[in-house]
Amino acid sequence: MQDQYLLENRAGDAPVLETSAASPAHLTRLKRVRWREWPIEMLLFGAAGFSILINVGIVGTLIYESLVFFRHVSLWDFLTDPLWTPLFADPHYGILPLLCGTVMTSLIALAVAVPVGTIIALYLSEFASPWVREAIKPVLELLSAVPTVVFGYFALLFMTPLLQKFIPDLPGFNMLSAGLVMGIMIIPYVSSLSEDAMQAVPMLLREGAYACGANRLTTALRVVFPAALSGIGASYILAISRAVGETMIVAVAAGMQPNLTWNPLKGAATVTAYIVQVSLGDLPHGSIGYQTIFAAGLALFLLTLVFNILGHLLRRRFREVY
Amino acid sequence: MREMDSYIARSLWQDRMFACLGVLCTVFGLAALCALLVKLALDGASRIDWQFFFSYPSRHASRAGILSAWVGTLVVMSVTFCTAIPLGIAAGIYLEEYARKNWLTHIIEVNIANLAGVPSIIFGLMALGLLVYLLHLGQSVLAAGLTLGFLVLPIVIVATREALRAIPTEIREASYALGASKWQTVWHHLLPYASGGIATGVIIAMSRAIGETAPLITIGALTFIAFLPPSPVSPSPPFLSLDWLHSAFTVLPIQMFNWVSRPQQEFHLNAAATGLVLIVFTLSLNALAIIIRYRMRRRIKW
Repeated sequence: MQDQYLLENRAGDAPVLETSAASPAHLTRLKRVRWREWPIEMLLFGAAGFSILINVGIVGTLIYESLVFFRHVSLWDFLTDPLWTPLFADPHYGILPLLCGTVMTSLIALAVAVPVGTIIALYLSEFASPWVREAIKPVLELLSAVPTVVFGYFALLFMTPLLQKFIPDLPGFNMLSAGLVMGIMIIPYVSSLSEDAMQAVPMLLREGAYACGANRLTTALRVVFPAALSGIGASYILAISRAVGETMIVAVAAGMQPNLTWNPLKGAATVTAYIVQVSLGDLPHGSIGYQTIFAAGLALFLLTLVFNILGHLLRRRFREVY
Repeated sequence: MREMDSYIARSLWQDRMFACLGVLCTVFGLAALCALLVKLALDGASRIDWQFFFSYPSRHASRAGILSAWVGTLVVMSVTFCTAIPLGIAAGIYLEEYARKNWLTHIIEVNIANLAGVPSIIFGLMALGLLVYLLHLGQSVLAAGLTLGFLVLPIVIVATREALRAIPTEIREASYALGASKWQTVWHHLLPYASGGIATGVIIAMSRAIGETAPLITIGALTFIAFLPPSPVSPSPPFLSLDWLHSAFTVLPIQMFNWVSRPQQEFHLNAAATGLVLIVFTLSLNALAIIIRYRMRRRIKW
């Protein structure tokens, strides 16, 4: 009951003042103060509302430029043509090769980040001492603070030569090494968020499991993991959305040749790498080549939007449970 | 009884095995970080000297330097700082202290959550269409700084909100009880208490912006820049000039990308040295944020 009161109190306009039995003069003074502070509130509101403007700007730009593009290219060709050669003499505008590159590199990254990140989260949350947890977590998070272009360098000049020792005919640009390094980059997204979700599981559940004779491992896998599942799922989805939108690692290490292949040992361009490639050249504003990057960007935006909404729904469920 | 013992022994063994696996995975993550740092240091350390910091890029790898890149990073960051910090903190204060629970607030929150999830390169496309061509800012420091400012805005907002939320309601009520208005409460009581948390968020946001490459490539940042933006102060009137806002620029990550995508090995060494400078920048900023957070947690106990 008291909490309810406090919540209402914070949401409104300092209602504490109104409940006091005040003289009319006192009330007019209060009103004047509130009126004087009105511009401040509007200014703050404007700052908060600015985020809407940015979103409108993003969606507006993407749709506006893509509409011009889709006047030249039919949506059907865009989605089904197996070739992406917009800058050639015989242009083809099929997004499939770029999507294929994006999906392949993301899958490789997730194959690294999801198991490793989940095990780290389970270990830090259920096995490690609080001291170890507090020390390791920020250091691991540094992995996601490293600039992505540095990871690109690492993938091209460390991971690829390393892999070439095991796979001799691996080309210099390949999806495998880009994907692996991307996976390393997104480990902290999975591990930190999953660990937060596991920490939010009430101690009672663990104590119940221990009382039934379960060991730590069984408790972690059968009690804590399912209880924190929606939070863990949200962390996976954030990882997917990061992997799909990641640009510099793939642009440096996976090559920029659109390639409709499911072979991770080959090089291929992703949607993001294509945008970078076009931006590096000198395409005149308004040409069809210029508009292709907005069409590709729109596809990317919609893809990440789906994952963001999914993640948002999962997080909301996670909040409702506890 | 013996069955019981063997069950317990097996349970403990399982626990120990999984703990080993956990340590292994954690070490894998840490080892990757170390390998990255060591690789950069081994490749790049030999190129780091005064000449490297104070030369312009060049066709000759051994004579090339990062003067225009680090100056560019500095000026772009100053624009980003001036955009993201005031906007982000103000938005955070509004959402946490002023906003009523209605549909408008909900829309704003959804928008911010969406901004946080949009890939950085999409911000670049938005900036290309909107800032560069529609608002005629050109491929300038101003356009780049604004783009990065928008990109890190959600980080600052979320950090501000979390810092404010951690302050107990009693502080606010005490302030109101003494007759303070809403803004007086925010300005004199809440912001000082939240400053540590906000500072942490700001530092994280800036470290993210420093390393960001993709959106700046998208707006068409040139990679070969052998000049500096015009100085903001001049000896003759009007003494201050804003011409530097409209100057072309390059930044450290773009310079690094340019060098790493060349086939010659010598340029890769330059790239490594640039990466080393970049990573020292970002990691020390992050370390600073961790230290602030740690000290804050020890000092403030509600």
